[in-house]
Amino acid sequence: MAEQVIFDKKPGAWRTFCVSTWLGWQIESNWTDLFVFLIYSIVWPLSRAAILVVMYLVIRGADFSNPEFVNMYLGNALFGLIGNVVNSVAGGIIEEREHYRTLKYLYVAPIHIPTYLVGRGVAAMAGGLLSLVTTVAFAAVFLHMPINFGQINWLLLIPAMLFGFIALVSIGLFLAGWALTIKNNPWVLGQSFSSLFFFVSGAVFPLSVVFGNWEWPGYIFPVGFWLVLTRRAIVPGVGHSFQMYTQLSDLQLLGLLALYSVVFLGIATLTFRMFDRKAREEGMIDMVSNY
Amino acid sequence: MYAIETNKLSRIYKIKKTRKKPASTLVALNNVDLTVGQGELFGLLGPNGAGKTTLIKILTTILGPSSGTAKVDGLDVEKEAAELRKRINMVSGGETSGYGLLTVRENLWMFTQFYGIPSNQAYPRIDELIKLVGLEEKADTKCSDLSTGLRQKMNIIRGFMTDPQVLFLDEPTLGLDVTAARDIRQFVRGWVDENKSRTLLLTTHYMVEAEELCDRVAIIDKGRVLAVDTPEALKATIKDRSIYTIVVNRLDEDDFASLKSIEGISSGSCKQTETGCRMELAFEEDGVINKLMNFLSERGSSIQTLHKREPSLEDVFIKLVGRSLSDAEKQNGN
Repeated sequence: MAEQVIFDKKPGAWRTFCVSTWLGWQIESNWTDLFVFLIYSIVWPLSRAAILVVMYLVIRGADFSNPEFVNMYLGNALFGLIGNVVNSVAGGIIEEREHYRTLKYLYVAPIHIPTYLVGRGVAAMAGGLLSLVTTVAFAAVFLHMPINFGQINWLLLIPAMLFGFIALVSIGLFLAGWALTIKNNPWVLGQSFSSLFFFVSGAVFPLSVVFGNWEWPGYIFPVGFWLVLTRRAIVPGVGHSFQMYTQLSDLQLLGLLALYSVVFLGIATLTFRMFDRKAREEGMIDMVSNY
Repeated sequence: MYAIETNKLSRIYKIKKTRKKPASTLVALNNVDLTVGQGELFGLLGPNGAGKTTLIKILTTILGPSSGTAKVDGLDVEKEAAELRKRINMVSGGETSGYGLLTVRENLWMFTQFYGIPSNQAYPRIDELIKLVGLEEKADTKCSDLSTGLRQKMNIIRGFMTDPQVLFLDEPTLGLDVTAARDIRQFVRGWVDENKSRTLLLTTHYMVEAEELCDRVAIIDKGRVLAVDTPEALKATIKDRSIYTIVVNRLDEDDFASLKSIEGISSGSCKQTETGCRMELAFEEDGVINKLMNFLSERGSSIQTLHKREPSLEDVFIKLVGRSLSDAEKQNGN
């Protein structure tokens, strides 16, 4: 019989975060099958970009250095990251509950569930970044877009990615809590919201194209700030020509993104706690939804 | 201090109305008062749908009670849940939980990290337990490649690996073959015997499992605890009765209902088989057998085999509930 072991049984947030990131990466990368990994991380995002390229080619010709197209292409590539992070956090909790059947054991363990989900989000972000870099590199090399890795504004890009990640994880966390209390098809929640962002964040077209002259829908979520800021950081000059938040400077946009990220994180933490309590009260921590 | 203590614990599920059915409530636990001492291997015995899993869910903090209180290791399951989770663990049977893309060892390591066990302590402990349950050859196999029985063994290790003060096993041998179930029972008993300060609450609807493993047993049905005692003491409550297993060539359910009204038959259950009807009957005295034979001959039925045996927990259950465990499960919709 195993010898009794003395340990502290206090995993701490950092350890929980690291382990869930490790698990998330195992799930995301699926290294066991290189073919599946390549399809998921490289071929799929490139195909998605190729659809846009072909459509543009047919309508406007092969001028891929046009700033309008560069902004569309980058927005489309970045949008993949939004789906990755939001879906992996929001869908992750349902995946744990209904696919791996481990959610109740995670709940019985002395861990902070939101921290665990953030770890899953980091892994998704890493997977998404790989796709993003591949897609952008493809554009620079084969489409001759004016993307110069030496001219990227890293001082803007790094904080933008950090706050963008916080914002996306917060949205994912809110949806994860909500999904936990939904009895029918909780999986669609993350996907639905990701699609919604396509319209309200100026992923491909400026908001003025979608909503006339209105920009206010873009102020509901921080995703639009992040997309514009990231474009400006990756292709300075070209990014600034994107007709959204043109009256705001880089610093002002970064400030707004930071503020929104912190506020969204607070809201997400509170609402997750509320949904979590409801799920416990109604016995939904280990239920299987109808799908 | 008790390891587990519940006070008028109730859980009522609200069932929303549908097009076909109006809104209703389901009482899963009804004013349960229970105490389990430290170091006990305590069994909750009852049919599916009796409320066993609901009780475990409340005690492990994943479900809130509707009313009443519950304490585990001296901590309130609602107010002190975060502290309590450091001291407990749980394993459920009849499911294939685990991350299929991780190996057995990786799955187990991951959960040790959630309990703050340093890796240099976790790995030797994992290897020791893997060896103990006979999973050495599968330690580096991906969980998705394991059979149900082997996966359950892995989950059993997950529960024991964190050395909990109180461990909850919910139907740990459900769906397993005889050998795997026996291995797990042996492991469970051995752990409790060697860790005297640790408490184990086990739910089962297998009478043999409860008799073989548990220091004390609570018989539970329809959310109520009907009796709590050692298996021997529970069986002693019906020692003045003669228990017979009788197979007759034919007897329908209406006739069996009439049969139970024969004076001197205190309880009984009946199971229709291909060759007739197999009855488990408790007589207040052996002389009742003559009345039974007359009753059967009046209905053109005759006894094929008759066997007197020692009382079992199943008989206690029949006495308390008025029907066998399998009949109770049918009534509960399982």
